[in-house]
Amino acid sequence: MPFVAPHIAWHGIAPELALVGGALVALLIDAVKPAVDRRFLAGLSLATIGLAAWFTFDLRDTRAVIMQGTLAVDGVALFGRLILLITAAMTILISYHYLSRRRIHRGEYYPLLLLATSGMTLLAASNDLLLSFLAIETLSLALYVMVGFARRDEKSQEGALKYFLLGAFSSAFLLYGIALTYGATGSTQLSVISKQAAVASVDERLMFVAVAMIAVGFAFKVAAVPFHMWSPDAYQGAPTSVTGFMAAGTKAAAFIGFFRVFLVAFGALQWDWRPVLWIVAVATMAVGSLLAIAQTDVKRMLAYSSIAHAGYVLIGLVAANRDGVSAALFYLLIYAVMVLGAFAAVIVSAPGGSERLSLAEWGGIGRRYPVFGGAMTLFLLALAGLPPTSGFTGKFLLFAAAIKAHENALVVAATITSVVAAFFYVRLIVLIWLQDPPPDDGHPGIGPTPALITSLGIAAAATIVFGVWPQSLIDLARNAISHGFVG
Amino acid sequence: MSETIVFLIAGPIALGSALFIIMSKNAVHSALWLILNLMALAVLFVDLDAQFLGVVQFIIYAGAIMVLFLFVIMLLGVTREELLGEAIPIQRVVSGILGVALAGTLVWILLNAYDESAFGSLAGANSAGNVQGLGRLLFSKYIFPFEVTSILLIVAAIGAMILARGRTEEESASEVERHSGEDVRL
Repeated sequence: MPFVAPHIAWHGIAPELALVGGALVALLIDAVKPAVDRRFLAGLSLATIGLAAWFTFDLRDTRAVIMQGTLAVDGVALFGRLILLITAAMTILISYHYLSRRRIHRGEYYPLLLLATSGMTLLAASNDLLLSFLAIETLSLALYVMVGFARRDEKSQEGALKYFLLGAFSSAFLLYGIALTYGATGSTQLSVISKQAAVASVDERLMFVAVAMIAVGFAFKVAAVPFHMWSPDAYQGAPTSVTGFMAAGTKAAAFIGFFRVFLVAFGALQWDWRPVLWIVAVATMAVGSLLAIAQTDVKRMLAYSSIAHAGYVLIGLVAANRDGVSAALFYLLIYAVMVLGAFAAVIVSAPGGSERLSLAEWGGIGRRYPVFGGAMTLFLLALAGLPPTSGFTGKFLLFAAAIKAHENALVVAATITSVVAAFFYVRLIVLIWLQDPPPDDGHPGIGPTPALITSLGIAAAATIVFGVWPQSLIDLARNAISHGFVG
Repeated sequence: MSETIVFLIAGPIALGSALFIIMSKNAVHSALWLILNLMALAVLFVDLDAQFLGVVQFIIYAGAIMVLFLFVIMLLGVTREELLGEAIPIQRVVSGILGVALAGTLVWILLNAYDESAFGSLAGANSAGNVQGLGRLLFSKYIFPFEVTSILLIVAAIGAMILARGRTEEESASEVERHSGEDVRL
């Protein structure tokens, strides 16, 4: 039997090739010339991301399953790449100054960031459970190291270790689920699984356990209750720029993978998994919102807030319709931008020494630095989901999709938890504006740099623009799913 | 018939050694039991006609990786019961119950789902030879996941480099800064 060489659709994997290639070049430069200006590595990484974005834009009219059925090129995959590339670019902007300040500016940071991004984009486009698993491992492994990047900081090390151990555990669940799926259907390709799962001969019990285990694996990555335990510690311990990258990027990639696997491969079983994810969604929103109230550390509070936001995106999955997918895509993009903005603000809050992490240190900061306080207020309003910010539009779209799917009780639960969550965002806003700034709080003010101002400006502008004129982005998200998933 | 006999010998060894891994109080003993467990699994793989997988399991896991395991255990000197503390009082009981429940469900489902026709032998896939068949699949149908594995390995290598390499000058400087005023002793 002669060997037939497989067809390689180079243009379809060009964005990932660009990211990996850029990472290798950056790694090589750093290895050959360790004293290289970090500015050069950051610029190179930004150029790489730009190149990947250009290749992605080039694919805008392509709809196909490529690489022997393992990779999907469709609207959702492209929208996912858009979110992830924006996230990576903004992360580089907020990292540069921060890493230098904490003296953890090692050259390997940029290759790791690019490789993690390539893992994320692959996860968003993966049409095969095997590739999904490899992509999840790639992004997780890079993030374990990035969380522990501050090697002299015990909190960073603790967060990395917890994330690593629990992450390894959840990967085992995911892999077991994939193995059982293969046992029940004879394939790891999503479209084949979907066909096999619909026929009567498939063993339902086997499929239930497989679906449950895969759900555990994904729920861990998006930090949904009860698999959220790692996230407050990892978010708090990680360097702040990495925290922002995790909150925006990991969540977006894992959610798009979650949506694709469950809506494509397990679509026929949706009457079985929807009630379970309904409970997970409500528990995630409730636990995230309630526990965030008790936090006194800004990063930890944002970690619980990101758990609550995972619950809102899950609404789109429970709705299991096209509106749900487009609303979730919209939400993931605007959430990525606003949460990166919030973490950028946390970074800006301290020029030299430690950041203003405890909530008390934010008292009156808006009176002393109105522009900075205004930006932080804007991000907090968006996270709370209040108009006229993009957070409101995003929540509105998700709730509308759920109502269309007759999930009214879910919307009621989501609204109640939103009100609870608004409490701690507004509390911080009140602190920022209504408290008198202490006469001399020992802080040398705030420390914006051009890169940080750029990222804060982009995030703030996007948060307002997509809150007031959201239609173009909504249309883009709707077009992404208008023909469904390929495959 | 011979398949069943081999299974009846290797299966209980795999299960028993797995139990001993988690029950031994000495980390070195656990690692040695793990070697036995991996070897028994290798035998099961060969028994199921997956010869390449069996040999790879034997050489790489039971050989190379376990040597690394033992190295790390010896280097860290974790030989006593230091790691067996309980953070939450009834943790062990609850996790035991949940673990048994999960294992029970899995065993029950796998026993019920077992169907000779669905889980046929590897005869078809092995028709041109086990290694040849595997190689053909890796370089045709699964070429992309196979190549993505290399990204994963690069990330692992960079990660190991960052975590294990000595501190940089910058980091040493921050160390001195943090401890300025204290008596820094090495």
